[in-house]
Amino acid sequence: MIEIDEEYCKGCSICIDFCPLEVLEISDKINRKGYYPPVPTYEEKCIGCRFCELLCPEFSIMVINE
Amino acid sequence: MNNPDVQPLTDTLHIPQPEEELPHPMEEFLRTERLPHIWCSTCGIGTVITAFITGLQKSGLEREKVAVVSGIGCSGRAAGYLRLDSFHSTHGRAIPFATGLALGNPELKLVVISGDGDIIAIGGNHFIHAARRNINLSIICINNFNYAMTGGQAGPTTPIEANASTAPYGCYEFPFNLPHLAESSGAVYVARWTSLHIRRLTNSISEALLKPGFSFIEVISPCPTLYARRNRLGTGLDLMRFYHDNAKIKHGTDTRKLDIEYQDEIIVGKFLDKDKPTFLEKRDDFLKSKLGDKFVPYMGPKA
Repeated sequence: MIEIDEEYCKGCSICIDFCPLEVLEISDKINRKGYYPPVPTYEEKCIGCRFCELLCPEFSIMVINE
Repeated sequence: MNNPDVQPLTDTLHIPQPEEELPHPMEEFLRTERLPHIWCSTCGIGTVITAFITGLQKSGLEREKVAVVSGIGCSGRAAGYLRLDSFHSTHGRAIPFATGLALGNPELKLVVISGDGDIIAIGGNHFIHAARRNINLSIICINNFNYAMTGGQAGPTTPIEANASTAPYGCYEFPFNLPHLAESSGAVYVARWTSLHIRRLTNSISEALLKPGFSFIEVISPCPTLYARRNRLGTGLDLMRFYHDNAKIKHGTDTRKLDIEYQDEIIVGKFLDKDKPTFLEKRDDFLKSKLGDKFVPYMGPKA
């Protein structure tokens, strides 16, 4: 499961670009700071490698491995 | 008021309690009340902080035995965001402050997280002398090739040809080769990574934290607002893609060959890992051999 803190996000898209399985997508909703945060649209493809969590410079993604 | 026919509200209404949120794995080591941080979107410093926290958790060191010192600059803010004993020192003086802590309390593991402008430019002399003495410090030098906080001036790591606000036609000074500088000054552990090589950087940081002596890790990090914008390299994301395509991992390369050319191949890896007595070990051995039983070594404030 991928949890995203939308208010911390600065919309850099690093998580979207470097996800090896293309799980994330840019949201069409804007956050309070005016950035477009990611949404885990294809979450069923996620294998829990935590690469997005480690690469996120804003500490706003958390991957929970069940 | 205490009418027995009227049931209290809490019993009749089921108020759903919000599910308890799981803490972020880095939350334990972050001063979350100060987040979101001031670093620009796509800046690599946040990623380096993640790598540091993960490396610290992996190394198994107690948090009371670790202290972080940073200097001035964008990456100098790192000390303020980490929930550890930390100090944001004056410009260039992160290493002398950390040296004092390391000598005053030999049990502490000192980490200096700062930028190239702080550690190598104004603090260059402190850097080479701390490395020469092999003081028990881990240096994480976040290299973004310019002085980003003050407006993108050319610094000692700016590659030839790169544009900076004090080099409008491109920089023409020879830059420092940081791993070579660290090795020739006497460091025992030298590595270079980019902020994209997050897992290797994490491993390197946990190795460096467990290594007695002066360890040095250079982290190449994108600066989207000044370096990338002035050189028309796109955003930080484009620089991360550039690192992905152009960084070559070559462990054990001779550090003399690690110069960075402007927008050219970046050689990353672990270049040096050797054993050498630290400053305190050497001092104690030497004075013991000279003074014999008269010498009483300093064991820290608690002893």
